[in-house]
Amino acid sequence: MILHRLLSGDLPRSRVLWAVLIAIMAALAFTPFLLPGMKALNVAAKICIFITLVASFDLLMGYTGIVSFAHTMFFGIGAYGVAIAMSNLPPGWGAVAIGVGAALAASLLLSLLIGLFSLRVKAMFYAMITLAVATAFMTLASQLSEYTGGDDGLTFKVPELISPSFQLLERPILGVAIDGRVVAFYLLVAVTVVLFLVMLRIVNSPFGRVLQAIRENAFRAEALGYRIVYYRTASNVLSALFATLAGALLALWLRYNGPDTSLSFEIMIDILLMVVIGGMGTLYGSVVGATLFILVQNYLQDLLKLASDALVKVPVLRDLVHPDRWLLWLGILFVLSVYRFPFGIVGRLRLKALKR
Amino acid sequence: MNATVPTSPALEPLPTVRIDKLPILLLPALGLIALPLVHSFSTWVTLTFAGLAMGMIIFIIASGLTLVFGLMDVLNFGHGVFITLGAFVATTVMARLAPWADSLSLVRNLMAVVPAMAAGLIVAALVGLVFERLVIRPVYGQPLRQIMITMGGMIIGVELIKALWGAQAIPLLLPEGLRGSILFGDAAVEKYRIIAVVVGLAIFGGMLWVLGRTKVGLLIRAGVQDREMVESLGYRIGRLFIGVFVTGSALAGLGGVMWGMYQQTVTPEMGGQVNVLLFIVIIIGGLGSVGGCFIGSLLVGLVANYAGFLAPKVALFSNILLMVAVLMWRPQGLYPVVKR
Repeated sequence: MILHRLLSGDLPRSRVLWAVLIAIMAALAFTPFLLPGMKALNVAAKICIFITLVASFDLLMGYTGIVSFAHTMFFGIGAYGVAIAMSNLPPGWGAVAIGVGAALAASLLLSLLIGLFSLRVKAMFYAMITLAVATAFMTLASQLSEYTGGDDGLTFKVPELISPSFQLLERPILGVAIDGRVVAFYLLVAVTVVLFLVMLRIVNSPFGRVLQAIRENAFRAEALGYRIVYYRTASNVLSALFATLAGALLALWLRYNGPDTSLSFEIMIDILLMVVIGGMGTLYGSVVGATLFILVQNYLQDLLKLASDALVKVPVLRDLVHPDRWLLWLGILFVLSVYRFPFGIVGRLRLKALKR
Repeated sequence: MNATVPTSPALEPLPTVRIDKLPILLLPALGLIALPLVHSFSTWVTLTFAGLAMGMIIFIIASGLTLVFGLMDVLNFGHGVFITLGAFVATTVMARLAPWADSLSLVRNLMAVVPAMAAGLIVAALVGLVFERLVIRPVYGQPLRQIMITMGGMIIGVELIKALWGAQAIPLLLPEGLRGSILFGDAAVEKYRIIAVVVGLAIFGGMLWVLGRTKVGLLIRAGVQDREMVESLGYRIGRLFIGVFVTGSALAGLGGVMWGMYQQTVTPEMGGQVNVLLFIVIIIGGLGSVGGCFIGSLLVGLVANYAGFLAPKVALFSNILLMVAVLMWRPQGLYPVVKR
């Protein structure tokens, strides 16, 4: 069956999950027509980019059992690669290719280096080392302002096909003008789908099985004859490369890149939350997690505003439901899901389907 | 770390543990290398003191983290939240005691600063007790979940702090009597830095005494070496661990107050920023080693200050370069703890 092959035999295995995934897909695919306006389109694009980013992080954390805090570093390398190439070269697809290529090469080298240097040690140690390296990289990016634009970042032009002023069709379809933004959005969706399917292929390959074996019991995997350092490093490199691609997509979509949009530690925390809430060790979890998180991030504030207006007379509670405190509620959800649903929403749904 | 072994008088005294002196020599060596580069002796004294003060504050914060790790393999990524908490509590106390803090008399100033530090310490200890129970206890022995859960604890903690105190930076100014410098010849040394060094040394001394000369300390050291053996002898290492965790949180709270006064402002993000520094320090020192943590902290403080003076651009990366250099020399840190 073609669907079976497309999903590498790793079907959602739960009717509810099928429904959720199809709903997300459909909503993303029709966003320009269903919800006109820039905000909805931006949110949908962000969801796509984060699906790729979170899935790549899941490849490392969920499937291989390595916690890295340097994932946004690779995300940032991708974004900066495109941004630097586009602002120094004439804006065309050639410049995009050069930027992405250079960024991929840089990520490959860096992740290989970090992996070989520090993946021999315990999980804790690796988490700390990557945290330190990522912090240093962020400082580096804001210091090299000649190339990176420092804290202000870089604004640049994108190829004409996806720039806002471009009109693909003369007449609007269903009342929506098909301009460069819409074209860019659909390209983004297409690339996301492809990247996601490739990652699904990777984790369901024999190689992916070895990664999971290492996650479950590194000692036993080693005893079976797999060199765990190689596999861990390969997983590290792969996940870094996919994160780099996600970063490139982000820069192309925003036509801007700065330290806060792609490198900051807040984003790192965000993707950690998305992976865990969605479900570690299932790539579908990244779809659910990223969608849920970004929707909450963009729309929970409105909801909280209603609550805090209603509770304006209650002193402490009022501050807890303040619109700026949305992360508090997600943080609580995160801690609860680590305790109660170690495999997140997707794991929960699959377990339910299995029991029936 | 000095480790004396209790002996009964009838037996031959057991050989004492040899102390590895090389890492200790790093500190004076670093100072001597910096001296000709800085050129002026008085500047060097100022820089050295600034570095020592910074190092002492980092040590106060990091010591609990490394001990908790050594004892239970628990690495608390949320350690930073206690720093922030301590500092914010101090701003409240200082604001209440503003008349004393603004007074010109040193005694009255101290009557404002000491309660502020004490409050930061106590509140951090209490929250540490709750944190250990709610966040850390359910995930003993599961490193992956531990990293995530302590991170989650930190997110929630920081958000709660923002809800209580607001998200903006709050100034935490030193009282009048503690500002300014004392001149030693040509060298100006800030009064507050002297206080930081004294407090840091006192805590280091106290810690060495507890760890080296008391029964509790003996158990902690034994627990770091081999937890199961201590348990099989009938000691409840869980209780011991709670004690160490709460002490570590309390020290982080105190360190947070001192760090806030050092920086003169307090922000909800300060804990997360210091966290990175802490990890570097405990990696340099060797995970679980208090002595290593002490030397690591001072090295970080000194290098940051010398580099900040000699090459400001390099200073931003001095910590990480220092870490790489130390790990090249000793991959397990300055004082590797035996079991790892």
